[in-house]
Amino acid sequence: MKISMFHLMPHRELPADFESKYHSVWVDPPFWELAEPNRVGQYYNWTLDELIHAAKAGMDGICVNEHHQNAYGFMPSPNLMGSALARATNGLDVALVQMGATLPTTIPPIRVAEEYAMLDCISGGRLVAGMPLGTAMDADLCYGITPIEHRDRYYEAHDLILKAWQSREIFAWNGKYFQLPMVNLWPRPIQTPHPPVWIPGSGSLSTWDFSAKHDHCYCFLSYYGNNLGKRVMDGFWEFVDKSGIDPNPYRAGFLQLVAVSETDAQAEKEYYPHIRYFYDKCLHILNEYMFIPGDQDHRSLVNSVRNLLPMQMQLLNAVSSWKYKDFIENQFVIAGSPSSVRDQLMQAVKKLRVGNLMVLLHIGSMPHELTLKNIDLFAREVQPHFRNVWDEEGWDNKWWPARIKNGGQRPDVSGNGGEARSHS
Amino acid sequence: MAAAAERTLSLWEGKINARIKVAGHGPALVYLHSGYGLIWDQSLDQLTKDFTVYAPEHPGTSEGDPNAIAHLDNLWDLILYYYEMFDQLGLDAPALVGHSFGGMVAAELAATNPRRVGKLVLINPLGLWRDDVPIKNYMVTPQAELDPLFFHDRNHPARKLVFMNPEEADSIIRVSWALACTGKFIWPIPDKGLRKRTHRIAAPTLIIWGQQDGLVRPTYAEEFRKLIRGARVELVANAAHMAPLEQPAAVANLVRDFLKK
Repeated sequence: MKISMFHLMPHRELPADFESKYHSVWVDPPFWELAEPNRVGQYYNWTLDELIHAAKAGMDGICVNEHHQNAYGFMPSPNLMGSALARATNGLDVALVQMGATLPTTIPPIRVAEEYAMLDCISGGRLVAGMPLGTAMDADLCYGITPIEHRDRYYEAHDLILKAWQSREIFAWNGKYFQLPMVNLWPRPIQTPHPPVWIPGSGSLSTWDFSAKHDHCYCFLSYYGNNLGKRVMDGFWEFVDKSGIDPNPYRAGFLQLVAVSETDAQAEKEYYPHIRYFYDKCLHILNEYMFIPGDQDHRSLVNSVRNLLPMQMQLLNAVSSWKYKDFIENQFVIAGSPSSVRDQLMQAVKKLRVGNLMVLLHIGSMPHELTLKNIDLFAREVQPHFRNVWDEEGWDNKWWPARIKNGGQRPDVSGNGGEARSHS
Repeated sequence: MAAAAERTLSLWEGKINARIKVAGHGPALVYLHSGYGLIWDQSLDQLTKDFTVYAPEHPGTSEGDPNAIAHLDNLWDLILYYYEMFDQLGLDAPALVGHSFGGMVAAELAATNPRRVGKLVLINPLGLWRDDVPIKNYMVTPQAELDPLFFHDRNHPARKLVFMNPEEADSIIRVSWALACTGKFIWPIPDKGLRKRTHRIAAPTLIIWGQQDGLVRPTYAEEFRKLIRGARVELVANAAHMAPLEQPAAVANLVRDFLKK
């Protein structure tokens, strides 16, 4: 089992009345009213430090993602973060999980292919290439993509990137959305045939089809925890079975909020304000920005309106009146003492059957020192107990950089001229 | 409301089954609806007394055929599609009336091939943009905020014909998808270069504006008038962006009088 630390790089200090004064955390919260660039610079540097700390503490991977005009996470260029992290972690067996450069909004898409190839080269072949569709907020509003074209642009971008990485011929790309006369990518990634590709989704059936068709890792990313996650993942594994694909747990990824402290009581005391901040402020998104007409195809629209929406709305309304124990009982957050977290997490990964787990160890307003503490406790007291989950079944993690899969030898690209070090 | 007959045409190399509501007697009048889909309202009923009204459903908005929209990639395709429709209906140069999104399309049709439009009526049309009078993106604005922009009388019964009913799945689906299919041609800003082409419009043109329009302010009426040779503006009082629904008699009278001249 591989466990990576996910970081959203949020605004850590939104005002207490934020969600009553502004109608959305995403797209139109005014930067000049809510943030200050020098302080934001500190957030970016803390975020980098926290991820590097996680890498040094022995986590298998570190993840950044892409969002725009969004106070809950604003790394508009995840690859800028990725390059700092690649350099800083050379010499460590840690994967750079870029989750990831949003495809339809990067024009032309070969920019993603090039940047990912650069990261793979700089890091000595440690890239996991996440390929998100992008949210309606990011793609349609912030970057002006026509909603009804969003998914089709994504598919074309994906195909172009994979061809650009692998083609042994210089080719023209005469696509519906992108036209390029002579694609000849410099550089190419180290990993062959290409870096492992992870496809983040939030439950749509077409994403399962897509991941399966291309044999990519499907990652269910949602902030609503593993009880809800189980419903989606059950559906996913049923789909895998019906499609005649092997039930390799490493073809599934999942994101879980985790907070570890010395005792259960201490966890509540230390982490609850930040959990509250996350759910109240970070997820305060205007519905009209989330469900933009055309962003879902007709089939998904019908499914959402008839089946998903009523349940989601009910849940979101309930959350505002939850107490700490409700977040834990509903498994939105796994929190407590090390043993308590181990128990909850073990149940979660087994019931979801996930081989590539991501844990959100920085939550909302969590200050820097507390984050480091969470990382230390997780890496030392929790993670080691999970390394061998799935070993018995004998699966190969095809979606992990080969050079660091088993803590084996890698070339030393740290520039220090020292020996390659390996970690298991 | 009088029941309109439905005609289906096979267009665009047989890829799109165009559905058109037809009613009335008299010279042809083609009506292009707003971003919310075809609403056969009282103004159209009134016009059927003097005209044969052809009201096509924008591709994708016809019941049971949501993916028809996939065959039209851009505004150019949409314009050519409508000329094919005129051809198959045997309409050489019909009167063309367009509301909101439909107004933009009507203006483009009149500009692209001026000989295919006899007379042009634009009702609170989209298609132009001024930075000092921005147009809210109605596809992502909460309905409560759109209410005063769309209707002068907040409690006007016609509101139910436009906005989605959050309690009714079918309503949400229908309105979302209509916005999706029409929105394809005006996203993210409803200005696709019409200003460069308005000089080509030869059809006598009437510009009707619901005076209290909060979405596309009446300032735009003057913009359109300046750009279209010989165009005239008529303001409709006690009406906002959805003028044909809010003041159907006033709108129908203006259209009829203009077309019959």
